[in-house]
Amino acid sequence: MALGDVSRFLLRLIVATPRVLLRFESIVRQVFNSGALSLVIIMLSGLFVGMVLGLQGFQLLQRFGSEEALGVAAAIGLVKELSPVITALLFAGRAGTALASEIGLMRATDQLSAMEMMAVDPIERVVVPRFLGGVIAMPLLAAIFSVIGVYGAQLVGVQIMHVDSGSFWSQMRAGVDFRDVTEGLVKSAIFGVACSLIAVYQGYYAVPTAEGVGRATTRTVVSSAVMVLFLDYLLTSAFL
Amino acid sequence: MNSPAPIVEIRDLRYAINGRPVFDGLDVDIAPGRVTAIMGPSGTGKTTLLRLITGQLRAYSGRLIVAGQDMSTLRRAGLYALRRRMGMLFQNGALLTDLNVFENVAFPLREHTNLPERLIRQLVLTKLQAVGLRGAADLMPAELSGGMGRRVALARAIVMDPEILIYDEPFVGLDPISLGVILRLIRRLNDVLGLTSIVVSHDVHEISSVADAVYLLSGGKVAAHGAPRDLQASTSLVVRQFIGGLPDGPVPFHFPAADYFGELLARGEDR
Repeated sequence: MALGDVSRFLLRLIVATPRVLLRFESIVRQVFNSGALSLVIIMLSGLFVGMVLGLQGFQLLQRFGSEEALGVAAAIGLVKELSPVITALLFAGRAGTALASEIGLMRATDQLSAMEMMAVDPIERVVVPRFLGGVIAMPLLAAIFSVIGVYGAQLVGVQIMHVDSGSFWSQMRAGVDFRDVTEGLVKSAIFGVACSLIAVYQGYYAVPTAEGVGRATTRTVVSSAVMVLFLDYLLTSAFL
Repeated sequence: MNSPAPIVEIRDLRYAINGRPVFDGLDVDIAPGRVTAIMGPSGTGKTTLLRLITGQLRAYSGRLIVAGQDMSTLRRAGLYALRRRMGMLFQNGALLTDLNVFENVAFPLREHTNLPERLIRQLVLTKLQAVGLRGAADLMPAELSGGMGRRVALARAIVMDPEILIYDEPFVGLDPISLGVILRLIRRLNDVLGLTSIVVSHDVHEISSVADAVYLLSGGKVAAHGAPRDLQASTSLVVRQFIGGLPDGPVPFHFPAADYFGELLARGEDR
């Protein structure tokens, strides 16, 4: 996967985007496919990650006698870091692989060639709506992950470990500012572009065989995971 | 009386895949209003020729004129405009799997026209009736047999009333009844709709029964061409081997390889 080829592919998607926006319902359908269908896995993961964060955070903060800070610690950890990264990794595994294999199978069964023969651009009809669907869905999923995660941390911290509920919420309100939320949103938006681009690129250029589609699916997960972690480091440095 | 100008004119066409020449000076003329079969052994580039005619591939050199358009200079917009005048039936039907039969046939109309829904419905049902599948309009592609899928794809290919209809191996994997249906449809649609049909196939006897002209490709060139009965009477070794289904001849049974005994006697670790 050469960077130049991917950049050229991204440029093709951007050029085709205005025409696709005229058929907004095709994007909404893909937001549903990528987003709504990933909702259960995102919510479950968010809950468990929040609960673990609540448990670990409580253990650590208790050593310094500041377990009331659990709310702000969990929220900042989730909003700035864990939500964008874990959502992106889960998205790559759930929606990214589905996108790559769907487009790859369309290539293998000549559906994309058939569209070309009907004078319909498959980039416009198939690729861009799926790409935009992923880009829109990712920040929404990350936001849901954060909200559920915070409730998971509250469940463990307040309900089980008996951290004071008022302190948990008030310290969170005081400690999390707009910049933290922005950082998380920017990260998840950029991860959304990266993961969706990798998935549609791998699917579109998949070798049109069963093995080729399988390889495209695997590459989607591996490339997305590495890219997300790499971008996370760059973005975290940039926001410091 | 002069014969009409060919709708597809190919002169001295050269094309190679990974350095291996597929066409080495190919000359083909496809007359309008007729069913022309492109035949040849596997690997002779029949499907590649279709892809060149439809602009999915570009020839290295030579002249390729389709419906008056020079394919070597045609840009994307021109190519798409030309493709609206063509229909193509892919080997596996290539139906869009997320749309039902009706929507598959309606797809080109919805993409390229602003016709009212009532008219789209009438056009789609007319085309489905022509291929005998009006009753299957609500089925999904996964619910169709291979033959039905190909008939739906055929309905989709003719829904925009094309001038040229291209069939890529339309008989592969079909039972005798479905094969007979597709054969009759090729002939009937060609005559009723006034199309030009190009059929790539290696089913010699089937396609000979409906084709007006046959081109037999071998070794990157045209090995023989003419009416089906002319080919039946041909004394050319390639034609005899192909029509007779002989395992060895000008088209060798063995893929080129090193000396057989030498390879058998070579030590295992040499491989």
